Amino acid sequence: MPQHIPLKDPGGEARIFIARTLFSVLLVLALLGVILARYHDLQINDYEIYRTQSDRNRVQLQPLPPKRGLIYDRNGVLLADNRPSHILSIVRERVEDMDATLADLQQLLPISESDLENFQQKLQRRRPYEAVPLRFRLTEEERALLAVNRHRMPGVTVDAQLVRHYPHGALFSHAVGYVGRINEREAQSLDERDYRGTFHVGKVGVEKFYEDLLHGEVGYQNVETNAHGRVLRVLERFDPVPGADITLHLDFQLQQTALAALGEQRGAVVAIDPLNGGVLALVSTPGFDTNLFVNGISSADYKALRDSPDVPLFNRAIQGQYPPGSTVKPMMAMAGLQAGLVTPESTVADPGWYSLPGDSRRYRDWILKIRGTGHAPRVDMHMAVAESCDVYFYDLARRLTIDRMHDYLSGYGLGTRTGVDTTNERPGVLPSTRWKRDTMNQPWYPGETLSAGIGQGYMLATPMQLAAATTVLATRGQSRTPRLLRSVAGQTQPNEARETITAPPAYWDAVHDSMRAVVHSARGTARKIGEDIRYQMASKTGTSQVIGIAQNAIYVEAEVAERHRNHGLFIAFAPYESPTIAVAVIVENGGGASAASPIARAVLDAWLVEEAALDSEATAGALADG
Amino acid sequence: MGDYVRQLQFPGDSSDLSRRAPLALRLHLDVPLLLLLVVLTLFGLVVLYSASGQKMAAVVRQGQYFLLAYGVMFLAAQIDLKRYQRWSPWFYLLGVLLLVGVIFFGVGAKGAQRWLSLGGFRFQPSEILKLVMPLTVAWYLSSRTVPPRFKYVLACLLLVAIPSVLILLQPDLGTALLIAASGLFVLFMAGIGWSYIVGAFLLACASAWPVWMYVLKDYQKQRILTLLNPESDKLGAGWNIIQSKTAIGSGGWEGKGWLNGTQSQLDFLPESHTDFIIAVLAEEFGLRGVLFLMALYLLIVLRGFWIVVYANSNFGRMVAGSITLTFFVYIFVNMGMVAGLLPVVGVPLPLVSAGGTSVVTLMAGFGLLMAIATGDSGRPR
Repeated sequence: MPQHIPLKDPGGEARIFIARTLFSVLLVLALLGVILARYHDLQINDYEIYRTQSDRNRVQLQPLPPKRGLIYDRNGVLLADNRPSHILSIVRERVEDMDATLADLQQLLPISESDLENFQQKLQRRRPYEAVPLRFRLTEEERALLAVNRHRMPGVTVDAQLVRHYPHGALFSHAVGYVGRINEREAQSLDERDYRGTFHVGKVGVEKFYEDLLHGEVGYQNVETNAHGRVLRVLERFDPVPGADITLHLDFQLQQTALAALGEQRGAVVAIDPLNGGVLALVSTPGFDTNLFVNGISSADYKALRDSPDVPLFNRAIQGQYPPGSTVKPMMAMAGLQAGLVTPESTVADPGWYSLPGDSRRYRDWILKIRGTGHAPRVDMHMAVAESCDVYFYDLARRLTIDRMHDYLSGYGLGTRTGVDTTNERPGVLPSTRWKRDTMNQPWYPGETLSAGIGQGYMLATPMQLAAATTVLATRGQSRTPRLLRSVAGQTQPNEARETITAPPAYWDAVHDSMRAVVHSARGTARKIGEDIRYQMASKTGTSQVIGIAQNAIYVEAEVAERHRNHGLFIAFAPYESPTIAVAVIVENGGGASAASPIARAVLDAWLVEEAALDSEATAGALADG
Repeated sequence: MGDYVRQLQFPGDSSDLSRRAPLALRLHLDVPLLLLLVVLTLFGLVVLYSASGQKMAAVVRQGQYFLLAYGVMFLAAQIDLKRYQRWSPWFYLLGVLLLVGVIFFGVGAKGAQRWLSLGGFRFQPSEILKLVMPLTVAWYLSSRTVPPRFKYVLACLLLVAIPSVLILLQPDLGTALLIAASGLFVLFMAGIGWSYIVGAFLLACASAWPVWMYVLKDYQKQRILTLLNPESDKLGAGWNIIQSKTAIGSGGWEGKGWLNGTQSQLDFLPESHTDFIIAVLAEEFGLRGVLFLMALYLLIVLRGFWIVVYANSNFGRMVAGSITLTFFVYIFVNMGMVAGLLPVVGVPLPLVSAGGTSVVTLMAGFGLLMAIATGDSGRPR
């Protein structure tokens, strides 16, 4: 104890201080106990809760979108690939004032109304801390601007993502289709998990039909982020499974040839390998640059495409339904033979017109207004096909009746979708009494049978259907569903044939021979394209009268006349003895078949002559498939 | 250990001390307190390195502050206690004048004027009062009997009230309360009756409502509301508390390891190197680390009370008691607020939080404690 205490009551005062000190010590211990209890509570009792919360803070599950499968033509030419594109995204949780941030961003770079709309929609369905894309395809300059201003815009990020690119622009627009940004409706039907981190989905064509193959499987990674959302390291990673690379039957050269041959004309070309149903060419003109759609087409561009009188977005090859005209005649001849109504030798009198018994109305042959008479006093099947005699087929149709005509022609796939592996195919019309009753609630009139007999009237077919029907002719009754997909990741896809028409070889011989005469005879309707030809083809011309195309009902006064001209059609397979290609061509308002036949010739030349050497291996493979 | 026990005894056992540590005594150093402070400040630097985002520069700067603070402590320990006693009223007057000056000429930020700027050097006059307040009240009471009579208690309350109100006007509620407390602790040590203490406590409770209504600013009310329900404002005021609780809780018993605290290293924890540094410690060193720190603090506080008991004068006892209690208040308030027990007020974790001013003031206080411990009265020279 202290020895000198300068106070009056040293003992008493010391006791006071000791008492107060003891009390203070107890108070300190009690309060430290409270603190300790609190830390014990946080660190021991609620450890799990806070541990989880801390992990949730720092660890984020990020989806890793799979690389979309590439699309190749039969020779390995890339038709659709992926290119890195920079995307501006926003994490809602990290943005203090969304409106201000958006306004800021709009000062820096153009953001369209549709970008904003899309963004707001996606904002509604995101998970917490998920980045929502606002702008795609940032330019170098925009990225630099963002980098400079990034510090004052928390929550704004720029990521690179692989985005679809179509190197050949419009060339494959209708054959391959395109991907586009996932819209609200698609978001609801797509599997949410599979499409985490994926902003695009196949919209049309092969891209849509084989979406499941091309998309792949989403991967995930757990990343550690700081409070500002910057990724610091990857904790664990489940790699995405890239989509399968697919090879199509399409042939780049053939496609190019068909497009060039069509030129400025509106029309379509479909070429199919009859041995395996592979679609070698699918062209519809005009086309459009599918790249426009990948990252959201501008409304001006879209309006231009939508409102063009040439309807470039309309895939004529599978959606265009045209009266097949005389191209049905070989099939009609075959039906007549099968039904026993005609023989190759039997003839019909041809004055240039035909009338039904007890009806004075004359059904004219197209040649009447050219020559003033029929093709010949009596016309047999060979001449009827080669010279496209209407009277012969009026007579045959009448005797065949519409319903039997329906039954025979359906063996060629007319009237039903071919089932080609792309989207939006239309079925055409193969009329029958029942069809007319069901759709129009009207009885069938005998005159309508005659129109149907020459592929007019109610009968409608798509170029795809005509090409498929031509393969049935070429393969003597073997029907294969047309296929764009040739192989998946190197695995060739089988395509089994069904025999839809069973007939004696002599019948086929006769019909094929008559089709050969279309080009390779002095009076054939397409003899002009037979000059200097190094192979033989079986073909048929067609001209279909335009009543008006429902799909492009926009008529500009000056164009009315042009738009009322007949469509030119042409079907063919070649080489004659062992066909490796069947083609159907239509030229809208081409005037007649003469507009279509040179295009078919160009396509056949490209396939049979120019590529013969190059493609012999591929053809051998295709033969093996068949 | 034997040495340590002997050293703990030294203020009372002068014969033992003169034999064992004459140098320390000559230098007016209290060796146990000094050792505890050295361990605490070194540990503080270790935590700070992690809390500052592993910036060596921050550690070096804090180390420089510590060196300065140890120097101030050493100087403070050399001054004779009687001088403190004589000078304290003049320092009190100077402090009050400066506080008045702050009101008229002060500079500051966020609606508060707390600094005086003298020739480019900015300082907070309220910092001076942290030591001058207990000294002055103790000066006033030291010439009177203990426990003090009622009129002297009233005089003391006036002494406490004048600077406290001036600081409250800045406004700086936290500092005003701490400074008032440091003066009141002197009264407490002097043995004022329990009736005063209980009465004051009841008065404080009764005034809670009017204070809430008329005295507290909106931001202060917000802090209290946030304390009661941090979830109400997750990304705003509640963020700090949620993140610090998460940091502490996720540390568990063992902690995540030094430099491995995710809350602190990944910037989730705000103010991680200053007021919220205990959360970094708790996250990285776990409850073990918290216990270690608390043990250090407790030993320092106990050493402070030891000095109170063995001080040679009432003045020394009162001052030492007030300094020790005030030191503990810092610890309690800081650890309590970071753990979500108390509202967030700007109180650093003593000698661990980064910062120069508070470290210097605190160490000056410890220097004063050492001056009391090694004081002249009854000491062998």
